Amino acid sequence: MKDMAATPHIEVRDLSMAYGDFVVQRGLDFVVNQGDIFVVMGGNGCGKTTLMRALVGLQRPLAGSVIYSGEDFWNAEPDTQQRLKRRLGILFQGGALWSSLTLAENVALPIAESTGLPAARVNEIVAFKLALVGLAGFEDFYPSELSGGMKKRAGLARAMALDPDILVIDEPSSGLDPLTARRLDELIMELRDSLGTTIVVVTHELASILSIGNNSIYLDSESRTMIATGHPQDALKNGHPKVRHFLTRGGTT
Amino acid sequence: MRDKAAWQLDVRAAGTDDADTLLIVLGGRWRIDQSLPSADTLNDRLDAPVRSVRFDASELADWDSGLLTYVSGISKSCASRGIAVDSSGLPPGAQRLLAMAAAVPEQTLTGRDRGPRGPLAHVGAATLEFFHGAPRMLGFLGEVVLSLLRLVSGRARFRARDLWLEIEQVGPRALPIVSVISFLVGLILAYLGADQLRLVGAQIFIADLVAIGMVREVGALMTGVIISGRTGAAFAAQLGTMQVNEEIDAYQTLGISAIDFLVLPRILALMLMVPLLTLYSAFIGMLAGMLVSLTIFDIGAFEYYTETLRALDFKQFAVGLSKGTVYGAIVAFAGCLRGMQCGRSAEAVGHAATSAVVTAMLLITIAASIMTIVFYQLGI
Repeated sequence: MKDMAATPHIEVRDLSMAYGDFVVQRGLDFVVNQGDIFVVMGGNGCGKTTLMRALVGLQRPLAGSVIYSGEDFWNAEPDTQQRLKRRLGILFQGGALWSSLTLAENVALPIAESTGLPAARVNEIVAFKLALVGLAGFEDFYPSELSGGMKKRAGLARAMALDPDILVIDEPSSGLDPLTARRLDELIMELRDSLGTTIVVVTHELASILSIGNNSIYLDSESRTMIATGHPQDALKNGHPKVRHFLTRGGTT
Repeated sequence: MRDKAAWQLDVRAAGTDDADTLLIVLGGRWRIDQSLPSADTLNDRLDAPVRSVRFDASELADWDSGLLTYVSGISKSCASRGIAVDSSGLPPGAQRLLAMAAAVPEQTLTGRDRGPRGPLAHVGAATLEFFHGAPRMLGFLGEVVLSLLRLVSGRARFRARDLWLEIEQVGPRALPIVSVISFLVGLILAYLGADQLRLVGAQIFIADLVAIGMVREVGALMTGVIISGRTGAAFAAQLGTMQVNEEIDAYQTLGISAIDFLVLPRILALMLMVPLLTLYSAFIGMLAGMLVSLTIFDIGAFEYYTETLRALDFKQFAVGLSKGTVYGAIVAFAGCLRGMQCGRSAEAVGHAATSAVVTAMLLITIAASIMTIVFYQLGI
C-alpha cells in the first residue's frame, strides 16, 4: 500500500462554471487528497457532470483553477495539459466506448497510444483489465452488442487501462443491478487500496456514497454552490440539513 | 338527464346562509377519454363575489386524470383570484394526487428565456450565428491543416484500417449511383447540344461538347453533389452520434487528437476517391453521348470516338481532376465540421447531417465559380 498521508492531489480554487450566461455552479473550493474516494453529490441538474468536465479538461470553467499536484491545469501550456490528462482515467456516464472498435481494441487503444508496448503485451493487459471488471471472453464484442451495465464496466476497464493516478467516474452504478453495483464499488475500493489511486465519483447512489466515500462535496442547485464538504458519514450525522435530507432520502427535515 | 356513463356537473351556491361559497357537485364518469368540460367554463362563476370553493363527489362513479386536470385547473383559477379551495369533498386518492402535484412549486428560475421572439430578434440571432460560425469554420480548417501537416511529417496517428474502410465506403459503393446519374447527364448534354448544333449542321461537335463538358466540369460537379448527399451527410451523422455518446470527449481526455483519428482518414479517403469517381463519371457521360449520337443522330461510333479524342487533351483532365479533388476535400470538411459541432441530441444529429449537405453544396458552388474564372484567366 502506498503512503496515504493527506497530501493534496487535486485542489479546486474558487471554481465557477457556466453555459453561456447561465452560471451552473460558483465559488467551488475543495481539496481531494491522495488516495481519497471523493464523492460529488447533489440532486439532478445541479452541475455534477459539468464539474467533472471542468476537472478533466473538457470544458473551460468561467473562473477559478483546478490544480493537480501543484500544477494549474487551465493556465498550463497545451503540452502540460496533455501530460496531466494522461494521468487521468475517466468513465463517462454512458460508457462512451468507441463504437467502431471491439472491446479489446477500446481498452488497447489508450495503452498502445501512450506506451508503444508490443501488441502481445498490450493484449495481455487488455485481457486482465477486462477480467477485472468481469468481462473476460468479451474481447471481440462491439459496444452495440452489450447491455448498458456491460458497457459501463467495459468503460471502467478502459479508464483504468493505464493505471491512472486519478480515476474520475460519472455515475458508476446507475443502470446496474445491486450486486453488480456492489462489485463495482468493491473494485473501486480495491483500486484505491492496492494502487493508491485517487478516485473522484460523481453519484447520487446513497449506498455507494456512504459505503465507499471518505470525502465529499454537496452541490446545491438552488444556491448554485457547494453547501457541504467532508466525510459523508459526518455529513449524515451533523451536516447541513439539506445534505442530511438528501442522504436519508428525505427522512429528516 | 344524461345516461349513467356520462359526466355530471352542477355548480351552485353552497347554501342560503353560505352564499359566497361555491359548491361544485361532480357525478357520473370523469375519465380522460370523454369530452370533459374545461375548467375555464367556470371563470364567470368565480368572477362573482365568491370566497371559497367546495366539492361534492358523492355521486362520482369513476374518475382518472380527466377529473384531476379539471380540478387542478379550477384550483389555479381560484389561486389567481384569491379564492380558497377545500378539496375534502373529493375522493381520497384524488386529494393525495392533487397534493403531490402541488407539492413542488413551479420552477421560475430556470435560467432560460423561453419568451416568444419577434422577427427582428430572429434576424439578429441569425446574423450573430453567421459571424460566430465563420471563425469556428476557419478554426476547424486550421486544425485540419495542422493535422495534415502532422500527417506529412509522420506524426499524425490513425488506423490504416479506418482509411481503407472509408475508401471502400465512398469509392466502390458509390459506383452504381454515379453511373446512373452520369449516364443520364451525358444523355441530356448530347440532346441539348444536338438541338443547337443541328441548326448549323455541325452535329459531329456533339462529341466535343459532351467530352469537354463532362471531363472539365460536369463530371466533377455531379460527383461532388452525389458524394455530399451520400457521404458528407453520413460523416456528419457518424461524428455527431459519437459526440452524443461522449466518444469524442473520450478521445480528447486521452490526449488522442479526434481530428487526426477521425477526421483525417475521412478527408484523405474523399480526396483520393472523388477524383477517380470524377474520371469514371466523365467516361460514363461520354458513353451516353456516343449512344445518343449513334442511335438518334446517325453519327458513327468511330467518328464519335476520333472527334472525342481530338477534343480532349491533358489540360481538360487536369482541370477536371483538380476540381474533383477540391470538391472531395470540401465535402469531407463540411461533413466532419458539422459532425464535430453537433449537439447532444437526436435532433442535433439530424440537423448536423442536413447542415453538412447544405454547407458542402454552397462551398462547392463557390469553389466551382472561383476555379472556372481562374482557369479561364490562366487560359487553361
